[in-house]
Amino acid sequence: MANPDLPFFHFMDNQTARPVLVVRALSKSFGGIKALDKVEFTLNGGEVHALMGENGAGKSTLMKILMGLETADSGEIMLAGKSWENHGVRDALDRGISMIHQELQVVPELTVAENIFLGRESTRWLPGWLDDRSIYQTTKQLLTDLGVALDAHTRMKYLSVAEMQMVEIAKAISYDARVIIMDEPTSALSEKEVAALFGIIKDLKAKGVSIIYISHKMEEIAQIADTVTVLRDGKYVGTKPAAELDQSTLITMMVGRTIDSLFPEATAEKGEVVLSVKNLSIPGKFQDISFDLRAGEVLGLAGLMGAGRTEVARAIFGLDPLAEGEIFIKSEKTTIRSPEDAIRHGIGYVSEDRKAWGCVPGMSVLHTMTLSSLRDHLRGGFIDAGSEKAAASRMATDLHIKTAGLSQQVLQLSGGNQQKVLIGKTLLAEPEIIIFDEPTRGIDIGAKHEIYKLIRQLTAQGIAVLLISSELPEVLGLCDRVLVLAEGRQTAVLSGQTISQEKIMNHAIQR
Amino acid sequence: MKQKITTTILQARNSYSTRVRSLGVFGILLAFVVICAALALTTPRFLTVGNLTIILTQVSINALLAFGVTFVIITGGIDLSLGSMVAVTGVAAALFAHPDTYPLVVPLGIALAAGVAMGGFNGLVITRSKVPPFIVTLGTMTIGRGLALILSKGRPVSNLSDTFNFIGGGQVFGIPFPIIILVVVFGLCTLLLKKTIWGRYMYAVGGNEQAARASGISVAKVKMIVYTLCGALAALAGIVLTSRITTGQPNAGQGFELDAIAAAIIGGTSTSGGSGTMTGTLIGALLIGVISNGLDLLNVTSYYQEVVMGVIIIGAVVLDGLNRKG
Repeated sequence: MANPDLPFFHFMDNQTARPVLVVRALSKSFGGIKALDKVEFTLNGGEVHALMGENGAGKSTLMKILMGLETADSGEIMLAGKSWENHGVRDALDRGISMIHQELQVVPELTVAENIFLGRESTRWLPGWLDDRSIYQTTKQLLTDLGVALDAHTRMKYLSVAEMQMVEIAKAISYDARVIIMDEPTSALSEKEVAALFGIIKDLKAKGVSIIYISHKMEEIAQIADTVTVLRDGKYVGTKPAAELDQSTLITMMVGRTIDSLFPEATAEKGEVVLSVKNLSIPGKFQDISFDLRAGEVLGLAGLMGAGRTEVARAIFGLDPLAEGEIFIKSEKTTIRSPEDAIRHGIGYVSEDRKAWGCVPGMSVLHTMTLSSLRDHLRGGFIDAGSEKAAASRMATDLHIKTAGLSQQVLQLSGGNQQKVLIGKTLLAEPEIIIFDEPTRGIDIGAKHEIYKLIRQLTAQGIAVLLISSELPEVLGLCDRVLVLAEGRQTAVLSGQTISQEKIMNHAIQR
Repeated sequence: MKQKITTTILQARNSYSTRVRSLGVFGILLAFVVICAALALTTPRFLTVGNLTIILTQVSINALLAFGVTFVIITGGIDLSLGSMVAVTGVAAALFAHPDTYPLVVPLGIALAAGVAMGGFNGLVITRSKVPPFIVTLGTMTIGRGLALILSKGRPVSNLSDTFNFIGGGQVFGIPFPIIILVVVFGLCTLLLKKTIWGRYMYAVGGNEQAARASGISVAKVKMIVYTLCGALAALAGIVLTSRITTGQPNAGQGFELDAIAAAIIGGTSTSGGSGTMTGTLIGALLIGVISNGLDLLNVTSYYQEVVMGVIIIGAVVLDGLNRKG
């Protein structure tokens, strides 16, 4: 166990470019399905090693084996030159391997320090009697070392996602971690917070810590990674220095085929205005938001995290009550009090948070898909199972949803397929306006491409799309116009040639 | 944002405990068959038409309540006021069921109306105030008990008409009437849960209320329906009970809610919501009935029966949990 009283960063081998961790021919099957098939992976000291691949490529399984959450069927793991058999999470932590999970594992009611030392509280005086002073002192030191301005006494629930992540990093370091696995650490961070995180990663690197960095974001890999290893369908594809890889090579390695253009060409004709909002306000969230949305158009809603994009979408969809403002659908003034109203008026919403707002645990793909349109399958007051199934299976084919069958539970699917099921649910309600809120968050490049194609197909059919995205390339690649928000206010509407990454950022950052 | 993270974490935990349901029903069915077989072998009187009829008649009241509370638990709620609703509706029916006063529909209608009103009240408070169902129904449980005593002036209401007494004590083609009610209600509840949008919505609301709402489901309406339905079924149980004991007892039904909840849980309904079946609940209720009948036949005193029942409730849920993990 790491002793909180010891100083940090005292490593035996502080040399870089010497393998800290080597994985040889590692295989793992789950009931006949090979999740990992003779995978190779070499992590050098003080490097940021990106692990890439589509969902289902085996990244998570490999990380779970490293963390001792799963055991490998065959193969070998060498730690600092010695063969190592992982005996579970505790063993991994004791040997200096830590993981920062994508879904942060925090206890909201406990303080920063209590979270960091959860499960290894200092009890110097009496068994079971908490010695709080030492954990707060150590935490303070840790946070100072990291350059994070956080109070060790703050309860976790008051922190932003980014701050929680910093705490998790501090926790990893408190275990004297020499290898830190970061699973999509930036998926909920703003640009500024990402920059701060990258700063910390560089510091850690300088101190000889190695980082295994899992991400789907190409730009980040270019920015932060030294080396890239790609997995595909559980197999090792290759390892290359990040500097030698361009985006298209990387995509080809991951997908196994060439995707000519990530963003398909726009072909849709713009029609009449289908949605028009005027002076929408919810105090404390957003003020005076007005825009028009035409049939066949993609309007982007850009801005930093917390700028009020999701809040605007939620209000239009009836999830939160509007304080002020009017909504017109096809020039008709409409009151939307609930999602029920919104769906009835032809609005669909694909939430940014699949788990919290989309999937019902235990519910099948079939039942999830028809949840918003169940009334279309009524016959004599009862659900017509045949008609329901036909609609869902048509949608599953159209959207290329990969399932073991419609009766499979949604939560067992990969992120990309879950997202497609939820999009299918929205589409089955036959909306004319669809709000996509971070539609590609946490899903792999292949599925992303399919969702982009789908958005194009929908607009070609005359559906109007409101797109919220934190990924600027996505906004640039898909949107006809972009509405930029900053701190709850609309600062610009960009269109056509005037849309650029710099312009969006300029308007998104309030002076 | 911080809240979102928390809910995500909670959700992830939730999903772990509410999974496959088909397996659960199979497991409990197997347990039921094994216990029946054991009783049949050890006590010759167990497997006789007469005894089985007695079991089914005894089970019917608990099963009716258990069906109602299954709906509620599937939506992630709970109803502790069942027993009190049985008393109120039973007394209400009895007051209008004296011979040569009103036609049969009057006591039945009044009892049902009382049940619907009480269940509706539960639903209304729960959906409007955001007070947890546990607290709200704990309140109505006490209110109901008081109402039953007020209505009956604290005394049993007896001298009921023969037509009324037929409901709990009569037979059609040699089958006790309560069993017929049980079968019909079971069929209707199964249809409602499996074949109507409201049944589907109940699973959605219990599994993930936010997702249900975002899918355009009126969560409040679904909750109103389940609590009202629960009240109506409690009224039916109250009528059957009053008719069977030929008296409206203000103290009747004490602890009935716990038996009903136990039947639902033994039958694989998850208390965290989102899963459960009527078949499971029926088997749960039958299991409770068979065991208490078997223990009677084996001359085990009722004190021990309580202990056994408690062990079975915990055992069923533990087994179910193991089942789901494996």
